[in-house]
Amino acid sequence: MERQDVIILGGGLVGLTLGIALARHGIRAAVIDPADPDKVLASGFDGRASAVASAPWRMLDAIGVGAHLQGRGCPIDAIRVQDGLSPESLIFEPSADDGALGHMFENRDLRIALDTTARAADGLTLLRPARPVDVHRDLDGVRVTLADGREVEGSLLIGAEGRQSPTREAAGITCARWSYDHVAMIASIAHEKPHGNVAYEIFYTTGPFAILPLVDDAEGRHRSALVWTVDKKHAPAMLGLPDRAYQAEAEKRMGGMLGKVSLISPRSSYPLGFHHAARITDTRLALVGDAAHGIHPIAGQGVNLGYRDVAALTEVLVEGMRLGLDPGDAQLLARYQRWRSLDSFMVAASTDGLTRLFGIPGRTARTVRRIGLGAVQRLGPLKGRFMAEARGETGKLPRLLQGMAI
Amino acid sequence: MNASAQQHGSVVAEEAAHFGKLAAEWWDPKGSSAMLHKLNPPRLRHIRATIEAQWGIAPEELRPLTGRRAADVGCGAGLLAEPLARMGAAVTGIDAAPENVAVARHHAEKQGLAIDYRAGGVEALAGESFDLVTSMEVIEHVADPAAFVARLAALLAPNGIMILSTPNRTPLSKLAMITVAEGLGMVPKGTHDWRKFVTPEELTGHVEAAGLRVIDRKGLGFSPAAGFHLSDNLTLDYFLTAIR
Repeated sequence: MERQDVIILGGGLVGLTLGIALARHGIRAAVIDPADPDKVLASGFDGRASAVASAPWRMLDAIGVGAHLQGRGCPIDAIRVQDGLSPESLIFEPSADDGALGHMFENRDLRIALDTTARAADGLTLLRPARPVDVHRDLDGVRVTLADGREVEGSLLIGAEGRQSPTREAAGITCARWSYDHVAMIASIAHEKPHGNVAYEIFYTTGPFAILPLVDDAEGRHRSALVWTVDKKHAPAMLGLPDRAYQAEAEKRMGGMLGKVSLISPRSSYPLGFHHAARITDTRLALVGDAAHGIHPIAGQGVNLGYRDVAALTEVLVEGMRLGLDPGDAQLLARYQRWRSLDSFMVAASTDGLTRLFGIPGRTARTVRRIGLGAVQRLGPLKGRFMAEARGETGKLPRLLQGMAI
Repeated sequence: MNASAQQHGSVVAEEAAHFGKLAAEWWDPKGSSAMLHKLNPPRLRHIRATIEAQWGIAPEELRPLTGRRAADVGCGAGLLAEPLARMGAAVTGIDAAPENVAVARHHAEKQGLAIDYRAGGVEALAGESFDLVTSMEVIEHVADPAAFVARLAALLAPNGIMILSTPNRTPLSKLAMITVAEGLGMVPKGTHDWRKFVTPEELTGHVEAAGLRVIDRKGLGFSPAAGFHLSDNLTLDYFLTAIR
């Protein structure tokens, strides 16, 4: 096999996007993933969905993925944040010419679009399913040995295997982490009334409850994705609820605002935690996406942080290689580290703060939250900052996030 | 002292021996050549901007030197030769210290780069012709700068470009490169002899005497915050670009 410029371990939403972005700029990349893509894509809708903020969406468009997602994304025209079912709420609504705050996609549609784009990309080698059994990095290069005995050599290794990244562990990179003692229950629902392209973040003291708008299905049913956070100790009971009881509980938490609710996907769950890698580079190694930082899903920022990693790393590598530098050059990795560290920590810290603020029970706390929400609503600049965050537009913006090739 | 380094007219034997001893650490970005690694991006940015402007190369071209010959004189272990090869050039790298050349050859081979490395001085290239001739941070180490520049100039093909860089001879360069850099061990002790530094005016004189025309002089600055960067201030270190 030809020597690769970049070897990406992990072909999920972030790893595959990076491979496509690099290949688009003439950089040879290989994506290695143990899962069989045909099996992954053949499975039905699993209920999982992601909010792709407008800046990452511009990148997906610029690298050719957007063309395969036409009509699949539901624009988020407004985000409504409220404390329980109180009538007071904070509404983030961009002005008419500003465009949507982001788009909601079924993860399955994102995977299909990425897979279609990746298979057609020149210079992108897809090794799936393929399991790496040995990874060797030194000053000279990277060598990955696969379970079937094949060897892939390259200049730079990318850890994109998600929050449990074995590459991060092997590099001895420590993570700051804590658990929220909460579990997110994920499912998609059909509902009687249209959502009007509004995303709801309803904060209960038991944990936030998010309703994220999806496009109507083929039968014209209105749909949304639910991210329902419950205390870890209540999780087994909640997860054990029969579908009918689950629907009734969900309706109650939604205050009937979308009418009758019915489940249209399996329910899944995962424990919520926060982790932030102390550094995101090592000798000929860079981490992207959840391998580098995992945050609370409440603001739908997880995949967007990953896409911002992709945009920044692609820019650093493309500019470096145009200067003839080795893609594993320590100066380039240092630039990536500097560019991403502060931004990802700010997003992680602010979503964490938001969740903690709303997780405090009691009347006083609720009053503080209400005043807080009202104040943010009245204070233009602060709201602007929240909106920019939701769009993924804070920090020095990589060119791909502006929809431009590098 | 190294016997094989003594036979080339332009080379000062002690200088070649000094760099030869450092050879093993050349490619470690955290080793004794760390400063050179940090210097590489702005240096390459300058080369890239120059060839784009002179030869009408598109900014997104990944291999802008395809089909061109390049010579890097005083190539060390290939920190500049390898990027030039990756940009597509057929590169000849020459260095007075055989240890450097051995490290360079070994490294390029592992990177899958075909680079023609030779041990020797600029004299060894006489009669050959190159589209791009570079000699970075070298002239301050040679025996006779004027003769060295004349030999470099003779290598230039029609429409060729010569890019040199060297520290200026100013109080600032003495403070930064000797007192601070060598004093703190950021650069190995004995790397530079300030009295041999060449001013832009002197270098321009040598280049013009060799029949070339200087088209650009650009400063290389350093700050703790921004690291090495291109600037219009020539007082620390500078690039000089010339064509026939």
